[in-house]
Amino acid sequence: MVRARPNFPAMSHERHMQNETDQLLRRILTDVLGLKQGQAEGFTADTGLFGHLPELDSMAVAGLLTEMEDRLDIVIEDDEIDGELLESYGSLLAFAEAKREGQ
Amino acid sequence: MTAPRPAPASWPCPLHDGGTAEEYALAFDKGRQWRLLVVPALLDEANRMRRLTVEVMRRLDLSGIDCFLPDMPGCNESLQPLERQTPQSWRAAMAQAATHFAATHVLAVRGGALVAPTGLSRWHYAPIKGASILRQQIRARIVTAREAGLTETQDGLLEAALAEGIELSGHRLGAEFVRQLQTLLPAPGAQEIAQDLIGGGGLWLRAEPDEDQVQADALAAVLAIGIKA
Repeated sequence: MVRARPNFPAMSHERHMQNETDQLLRRILTDVLGLKQGQAEGFTADTGLFGHLPELDSMAVAGLLTEMEDRLDIVIEDDEIDGELLESYGSLLAFAEAKREGQ
Repeated sequence: MTAPRPAPASWPCPLHDGGTAEEYALAFDKGRQWRLLVVPALLDEANRMRRLTVEVMRRLDLSGIDCFLPDMPGCNESLQPLERQTPQSWRAAMAQAATHFAATHVLAVRGGALVAPTGLSRWHYAPIKGASILRQQIRARIVTAREAGLTETQDGLLEAALAEGIELSGHRLGAEFVRQLQTLLPAPGAQEIAQDLIGGGGLWLRAEPDEDQVQADALAAVLAIGIKA
């Protein structure tokens, strides 16, 4: 059987960076929350974070943000930390992507 | 086979007034040739790193290496007030513990690298700058305050901390502690063990204290090979 090869369009730089941010962020959440391998892969944009995951207390949030700064090479200001930022995986990812594009 | 049991030991810790106070240490001591002082992670991270630290000591004991894990004065079983401690007094305490237990080597975990004695062969596991500890601790406090509807800032809290001390994740630190911690770096001359070498995510990142047998095996192997080389 001959399988047709899907025709992937060349990935733009921006798209590539978004994918990378997504992967890095899932990896960071895995490390901070002690998730099982592959568990973070199941996160969707709607997956709730703060208030949904009991492990994510204030110290863990601080650790998460510091780890994001280190691994995504961004700086997060205190006044950017609010409830909406950590409401869902989608909102955190959107924040991280915007930060990286703005660096 | 039953796992080897550590024994409680104590050591004379120097005080500000020139006297000493007995402090506790967890010890695997069989009077052997190799004797490792383990300087624990600091403050909030101490709890999360404790189990891995002791698991590494168990393995080193089985490899014929004596290990000693002293309490930081003002923490754990210590009767000293934490508020009067400084990184400098912790460094003096760890140096005294190294002398008392006749340590031949030193392992410092995370922020322990900031106060580890420097005269001996030394490893730093995932060392961290004093400024990074402070920034993260203050950030945790800002997040907590925000939940309560209060607005605090890094600059504002740091300024207050330098004037009158500060409570960070349940630890009451004096102004002098904060002042010294701000600029403290791990002392040069150590062999650094990066987390990449150990594999997996660092356990200090975890929201809850956890353990990892594979990481304990890896860290113990690096140390046993290095100490006996």
